[in-house]
Amino acid sequence: MLTKRIIACLDVHAGRVVKGVQFVDLVDAGDPAALAARHAREGADEIVLLDITATHEGRQTLLETVQRTARELFVPFTVGGGIRSAAEAAQVFEAGADKISINSAALANPELITAIGSSFGAQAVVVAIDARRDVNAADPVHDTQVFVQGGRKCTGRRAVEWAREAEDRGAGEILLTSMDADGTRAGFDCELTAAVSEAVNIPVIASGGAGTVAHFADVFSRGKADAALAASIFHFGVSSARSLKEELRATGVSVRLPC
Amino acid sequence: MQVTVIDYKAGNLTSVLKALRYLGADPVVTDSNVDVLTRAERVVLPGVGHFAATRRLDDAGLTAAIRAAIRRGVPFLGICVGMQWLYAGSMEAPGQPGLGHFAERCARFPERGEKVPHVGWNSLEMNGSSRLLAGVRTGEYVYFTHSYKAPVTGDTCAKTHYIEPFAAAVEQGNVMGVQFHPEKSGEMGLKILRNFLEWAC
Repeated sequence: MLTKRIIACLDVHAGRVVKGVQFVDLVDAGDPAALAARHAREGADEIVLLDITATHEGRQTLLETVQRTARELFVPFTVGGGIRSAAEAAQVFEAGADKISINSAALANPELITAIGSSFGAQAVVVAIDARRDVNAADPVHDTQVFVQGGRKCTGRRAVEWAREAEDRGAGEILLTSMDADGTRAGFDCELTAAVSEAVNIPVIASGGAGTVAHFADVFSRGKADAALAASIFHFGVSSARSLKEELRATGVSVRLPC
Repeated sequence: MQVTVIDYKAGNLTSVLKALRYLGADPVVTDSNVDVLTRAERVVLPGVGHFAATRRLDDAGLTAAIRAAIRRGVPFLGICVGMQWLYAGSMEAPGQPGLGHFAERCARFPERGEKVPHVGWNSLEMNGSSRLLAGVRTGEYVYFTHSYKAPVTGDTCAKTHYIEPFAAAVEQGNVMGVQFHPEKSGEMGLKILRNFLEWAC
């Protein structure tokens, strides 16, 4: 049976893992290569590394970090943050990423999705969507707005419609982050996740808000997520992927337990 | 351990090479050099992407060289599209023939309300004896990402269920294929690659 994936996310700034609340107030949380290895050993199904600064000067640091992290990592490894062209994506793949995640660049230039997919396969292209509900909208879920630049700029696009377009253009997966829930540990946005997951035929990774085991169970059932991503509940030692998965399995969620 | 990895420009070889090196192998990559294949001790055909990309194998003369290597008894492992290529063809690119080592054809998962592609960790069900999967038990998880699959036949050594049962691994003599990605399947995947590398010709 296909299992629900638990994905450990490492937000990286200048070669170090950091964690913030709603995209600000960064706290140092460790070395990316060491943390990725630990998460994989403890049963994370996948590792996502997001370069949250992604400045031009930082590109070389990122490639070195990717190379070092990928060296002894034998689970799928996704890298995102500041990838603007197919050539930059190629460098990240060469450094050892299995998938790249694109966000602002895909919105600015949707053909980029197709371009990277045609060289590296659709399975290698994850389109990340940062979304915030518009409380004044008639339908706050379906009218959820897409933001870029780390959540600073509203694009005027709606998340469900953009996810569908990304799929049509050849995205392999959608990584959906609820900016309202991110960092709060108060639970995923299940309504939004379900709306996006039902609109596309590719996997949707839910992100933002993980705090308890029940939150994961909820986003897999009510949120119809194929995978769920979390950072803070892992790397501060509150829980491990193994204990999370053991508890999820006990509640009837199909997960892979590490050997 | 020498191993020849075929590059037919369908996706990224880095992960496969990294796993082979981690296991102590010395991979040699070739995209056209038929001479390399005549001396190959083991051959890996990776592949993520479209079945149509295997046309490059025909154009570069690699198909005939691989066929000859297989006939000499060289262990061959196809991964993902590399496994599908061992069959007569795939509905993904109906005009492009595969190697035809196995007579069946690959087809897309039927649309039955489940998402296609099949992406993630799914379990193996052993289907007869296998040297490639020695030490792997029913219920072990491996990582898949694909929309097309081969049917379950007598040569299927492990099957997986997604929408319907399909061939997760195939083995006949020195010819092997896996639909999943052993290079991305943690310890279990490394064990399978190690079995392949330790295969005595």
